[in-house]
Amino acid sequence: MGQVLVAMSGGVDSSMAAALLVEQGHDVTGVHLKMADTPSGLPGKGCCTLDDARDARRVADVLGIPFYVWDFAEAFTERVVEDFVATYADGRTPNPCVRCNERVKYAALLDRALTAGFDLLATGHHVRLRTDADGTVRLLRPVDDGKDQTYVLYMASQAQLRRSAFPAGEHPKAELRARAAELGLVTASKPDSHDICFIPDGDTATFLGDRIGRRPGPIVDGDGTELGQHDGVHAFTVGQRRGLGLSGMGAPRFVTRIDGDTVVVGTREALEVAALTADGLRWTGGGSPAGEGLTAQVRYHGRAHPVALSVEGDVMQVRFTADRPAGVAPGQAVVVYRGEECLGGGTIAATVPATQPA
Amino acid sequence: MAPVYLDHAATTPLAAEVAEAMAPWLAPGAVGNASSLHAAGRRARAAVEDARDQVAAALGVTPLEVLFTSGGTEADNQAVKGLAWAHGPGAHVVTTAIEHHAVLEAAEWLRDHQGVGLTVVGVDRNGMVDPDEVLAAVGEDTAVVSVMAANNEVGTIQPLEVIGPALAERGVALHVDAVQAFGKIPLDLGAWQPTALALSAHKFNGPTGVGVLVLRRDAQPHPVLHGGAQERGVRSGTLNVAGIVGLGAAAARAVAVREEVMPRLAGLRDRLALALIALPDVAVNGHPTARLPHNLHIAVGGVDGEALLLALDRSGIHASTGSACQSGAAQRSHVLDAMGAREDAGHLRLTLGEEHGAADVDRVTEVLTATIGRLRGAGRAA
Repeated sequence: MGQVLVAMSGGVDSSMAAALLVEQGHDVTGVHLKMADTPSGLPGKGCCTLDDARDARRVADVLGIPFYVWDFAEAFTERVVEDFVATYADGRTPNPCVRCNERVKYAALLDRALTAGFDLLATGHHVRLRTDADGTVRLLRPVDDGKDQTYVLYMASQAQLRRSAFPAGEHPKAELRARAAELGLVTASKPDSHDICFIPDGDTATFLGDRIGRRPGPIVDGDGTELGQHDGVHAFTVGQRRGLGLSGMGAPRFVTRIDGDTVVVGTREALEVAALTADGLRWTGGGSPAGEGLTAQVRYHGRAHPVALSVEGDVMQVRFTADRPAGVAPGQAVVVYRGEECLGGGTIAATVPATQPA
Repeated sequence: MAPVYLDHAATTPLAAEVAEAMAPWLAPGAVGNASSLHAAGRRARAAVEDARDQVAAALGVTPLEVLFTSGGTEADNQAVKGLAWAHGPGAHVVTTAIEHHAVLEAAEWLRDHQGVGLTVVGVDRNGMVDPDEVLAAVGEDTAVVSVMAANNEVGTIQPLEVIGPALAERGVALHVDAVQAFGKIPLDLGAWQPTALALSAHKFNGPTGVGVLVLRRDAQPHPVLHGGAQERGVRSGTLNVAGIVGLGAAAARAVAVREEVMPRLAGLRDRLALALIALPDVAVNGHPTARLPHNLHIAVGGVDGEALLLALDRSGIHASTGSACQSGAAQRSHVLDAMGAREDAGHLRLTLGEEHGAADVDRVTEVLTATIGRLRGAGRAA
C-alpha cells in the first residue's frame, strides 16, 4: 500500500482508521486539518477546535506515527462555508459535507498528500472500496449500515478512489469503539458528530441570519394566496413544518417549494415527489449508469428508492418508480446506487410533485 | 541513519556540562528557596548569584543588571510593557515589522488595549531595518524602541551599532531582543547602550523555561508580575534555581566556545548554501553577509513549504518553515511578508549546531536535492 496519509479529525472513526492501517503494517502519517481561524487559535466557536486537534495528536502519539496540522481554513471558508451561505440565500438547502469532500479533502488535501510523496489518502469515512480484476475501484456501502457515508462521497472519481483508503468502513462502529478503548485512544468514547461542524451550537438560523440579513417575503399556499410573511428564505428548507407562524390553520402545513423570495406551503401530500432533475453530475465509474435495479437516495441518512434514470449531458431526470420520497430539497445531493454500490450522483435542481396543488 | 537536527533556531540540545551543573538542584531531596535566610536558602542564593556573575561576565554588564525570567517571551514582554507603563499616559512605542511575536504582540496589545501609540518600521528585501527610519519614528513620548539583534527566521543582523548610540544620545530607551544572537555573534552592549535586553537559555544549549532580562541600573519599568518583589522588584516569583544554574553555565560556555564554533558553522552553512542555490529556482532569503553564522533560509520555487518540510522529516532531516499556531499548523511568516518574499515558493529555515560536520551538510544537500526534484515532478490527483 506504500505510504499512507490519514486525515485525523479527532474523532473515533479516523483514529481507528489510522490504528487499523498501523496494525496492517503500513507506513502511516497523521494529519489534522485546521478548518477555522479562531482568534489567536483559542478554543471557541468554530469547527475543528483545539480539542479535536489535540485529541488527534494524542492518538498519533499512542500509535507512534508522525503527526502534522495543515491549515486549510482559507480553502474551507471560501469553498464550503461561503457556498453554504450562498446556497441558503438562494432558497436551496446545501450539503456542506459533500462540498467539503469535493472541494477540500479530495481536492486540496489529496493534491498536497500526493505532492508530499504519499501514495494514499485515508479517512475515517464509513464506506468500503472493492477493486475488480480490471482495476476498476467500486465504492460500496459500509459494514455498519447506520453509519453509511457513501452519500457524501458520491463525487469521488476513479482517480481519487484509487488513491483512497477507508479502513473504518470495514467494521461496525461498536467494534471500532471497543478496539479504540482497548488501545487506550482518548477518542474511544467521544460522541458522534451530527451537527454542521462550523456551527457548533447547532443554531443554523442565527448563523445564516448574521450573514444574510433580513430579506422578508411572502408565505403563500399552492394557489398563490398569501398566508403570512417571513424574514428570509434562508430560514426554510423544503419539508420544514416548524417556524412558519401558521398555527391554527387546520391541517399542518409544510414548506413545499422556495421560489425566489416566496415560500410556498402545502399539506403533507404535497411534499411527495414523483421525479426530480439534477445537475453537476459525477460518476464513480466515469460514465452514467444505465439499466435495471437502480435506486436513489435524496438525503444523507434517508432510504434508497427505486428509480429510472435518463441522463443527457450534465442533466439527469430521476423518476421514482415505486415509493415516493417526501420533502426533497433542491441543493441536496441525489445519489444513485445499484445494490450496495454507490455509482455517483448530482445536485438536485428541481422536483416534480406527485400531486399538483389543488 | 541518524536524524540531522537543523532547527537550532527553535531550540538547541542541552549541553553535557549544563546538565551536570543543574543535576544537584534536580536530585531527590534538593531544597532551597533563594529568598530564605537560613543555610539552605543561602546555598540556593549563592548558586543563583554564581549564575548571575556568569551571565554578567558573558555580556559585560554588572551582576545587578541581570534579572532572571521564565524565558525570552517574558523578558520581551517585561521590557516593552514595563517601560511603556512606566512612561505614563501618552506613551509611544517604536518597533520593527520583523520582531518576534513576543515583542510585536506585546506592542500591539499596548496599542489596542492601553491607548499606547505604536509605530512599526518596515524592512528592506534582505530583512534589515533602516536606522534613519527607526530614528525618524521616535518622538517626545517614545517610551521604548525595540529592535532585535538578529532575526529568528532569516537571521539578518540589525544595525544596532548605528541605532543604539543615536538613541542613547537622545535619551530614548532601547530594548534589544537578543534571543537568537547571543552565543552566535558578539553583542557590543558598550556601543548599543541598551536599557533592556532579552536572552533565553534554551537557544544556547541551556534548559527551557529560563531567561534573562538585562536591565540598566537606572531603569525602573513597572512589573508585569506582582508579588514578592524578587529581582529588583521587577520580576516577582521564587527563583528557578536549577534553571538559573543551567542558564549561567550555558552562558559561560556559549561565550567560551563561540570563536571556535561559529566560524566553522558559517563555513558549513556556506557549503550548504552554495550546493542548494546551484539547483534551479532556489535562492537564499535574508542578508547575504550580515546574518547569523548558523542560519540558512531558502526559497524553493514551485514547491509547497509544508510538503517539503514533511518530506524532509520523513527522511530524518528536521527543519522549519517558520512559526506554528496553537493547533500546530504552520503559519504564514510575518517576517517573509515584511521582506516581500516570494509567495509562489516554499520557504525553509535550516539552522546548524555544534554537533554538525561536513558529512551532515552533504547528506542534507543530497536529500534536499532529491526531495525538491521529486516534489516538483509530483502529479496531481485527478
